[in-house]
Amino acid sequence: MSHFQTDTEISKQRCRKFRKRILEISQQVQALHIGSAYSCTEIVDCIYYCLMHKDGDGQFLDTFLMSKGHGCMIQYAILEEIGILSRQDMDMYCKAGGRLGCHPDYGNPGIAASTGALGHGLSMALGMAYAEKAQGKNSTVYCVVSDGELQEGSTWEATLMASSLKVNNLVAFVDNNDFQSLGRTSITHPSFYPVVEKYLSFGWEAIEVDGHDTQAIYAAVKSRKGDRPLMVICKTTKGKGVSFMENVPIWHYRSPNPDEYRQALAEIGANET
Amino acid sequence: MRNTFSATLYECAKADPRVYIVVADISPAGSMAKFQTEYPERFINVGVAEQVMIGIAAGLALKGCRPFAYTIATFSLYRPFEMVRNDLGYQNLPVTVVGMGAGIIYSTLGGTHHTQEDIAVAGAIPNMQILAPCDPLECTDATRYCATENNGPMYLRIGKAGEPTLTENAVEPFVFGKLRYLRRGEDVCIISYGVIMKLAQEIADHLQSTGKSVSLVSCHTIKPLDRDGIERALHTHKHVIVIEEHAPQGGVAPQTKQIAWDTAARCRLDTFTLKDEFIHNYGSYENLLASHGISRELILAKIGNP
Repeated sequence: MSHFQTDTEISKQRCRKFRKRILEISQQVQALHIGSAYSCTEIVDCIYYCLMHKDGDGQFLDTFLMSKGHGCMIQYAILEEIGILSRQDMDMYCKAGGRLGCHPDYGNPGIAASTGALGHGLSMALGMAYAEKAQGKNSTVYCVVSDGELQEGSTWEATLMASSLKVNNLVAFVDNNDFQSLGRTSITHPSFYPVVEKYLSFGWEAIEVDGHDTQAIYAAVKSRKGDRPLMVICKTTKGKGVSFMENVPIWHYRSPNPDEYRQALAEIGANET
Repeated sequence: MRNTFSATLYECAKADPRVYIVVADISPAGSMAKFQTEYPERFINVGVAEQVMIGIAAGLALKGCRPFAYTIATFSLYRPFEMVRNDLGYQNLPVTVVGMGAGIIYSTLGGTHHTQEDIAVAGAIPNMQILAPCDPLECTDATRYCATENNGPMYLRIGKAGEPTLTENAVEPFVFGKLRYLRRGEDVCIISYGVIMKLAQEIADHLQSTGKSVSLVSCHTIKPLDRDGIERALHTHKHVIVIEEHAPQGGVAPQTKQIAWDTAARCRLDTFTLKDEFIHNYGSYENLLASHGISRELILAKIGNP
């Protein structure tokens, strides 16, 4: 357990570093879901640095599946930091001859499944968790879904089934930034909220936390009863950390120009990394 | 076929703890009850939720299992198509998607329960392989292959129940990826697969009774297609006939025509497929086939051998 790094200041420092790295990559290519990566930075950081167990050789015993594949830049940045992806991999992101694209590809180091089309990840995570439980492994499958994915019927098929199968080694997180391509989720679907009650009624444990508070995310997982799947609804801000990106849908996809890049670096506190 | 499927899968599950089955509120009869009783953790019923059926199967495969996903063909392939394409095809996972009651065998259930274009749909997915056994014995071989040797996504197209045995005296064994001669002749070669092989056999019997030397071939592996085997059939027979319970596009018939052109075959080639039309009429399986121009009499008349 010694590798768990839950100290608040250290977590913040890591997340600043990852946001800075994503900004650096944003200057290489135009294709980047920067706002989506920033909204789940603390969630994915917490999974890798605070929740997933390793064996004596440093290999992860638990599994992480990024169902909201468009947010994968944060996963790539972390995988680079921990040595699973190389700097060359990142330099070649979305370039001819590179192996990393805008969505995670199974077969690349550290990638548990191919995602990108929404509504696939939770079902696969469920199958993975079920398999590991049936095989007698004491492991957990962590999965991050977007709030947009909660509009996919397939996600609710998986939600119902995870409960019916009593898959208690499945821990999922909703990156609830309340944004989708054409605007606020809460405006598109006035009945979208409350989310916690929906998951509770489907037989899951469910809790809502501040999705940018690593300690709160960690505590939500660690305090679970553990007899059923857990959904952590993480209230987040799309584009978190850069004022002109926050809650502005265009930053779902575009990359900053040089002036915006410099301002963004300053706002995330890049000098402190 | 579904009984031999379940009997074979049960035997494979006994031998290999990696064999799982995920069903969507439809379960094969026969030995599946034993499977469910003896290996309850490896029998998963998702209910009426086909997308998660494929997703769970993908997740199981990603953790080293060899799952089968099973329901009526239209619901195992069409309803969760993007899951079949992305989760299984794109990731190249060893999952067998079983399409039970494929084709138009569910004649009275109407077009919502028919799969007239499943070979074209499944075959268009890179990595996807397709097996379509013609009788319960061949279904045993095909199921065993899927459970023990197959290493990628597979669409296993089977009938339902009560199909006759056609291959007990076959002159060749089942070999994945190869045409299988059930009988060998020199004049006419009839190529077919799946449940409609019974009709192909009747045509072969009739032609033999008129003095023709007839080959009858089960093209059980539709993808990867045995192109060399089809080329040989086209070049060693005077007349090749393809009988296929599938739309005119994307099946064995158009591919046979393509091979004939590519290899400058000189034989006569007749193909019989379903039309590119939904079926709105009812009746028996044979009634529906006949409405699309496929029956013993219609085929014999077309080939000039009434």
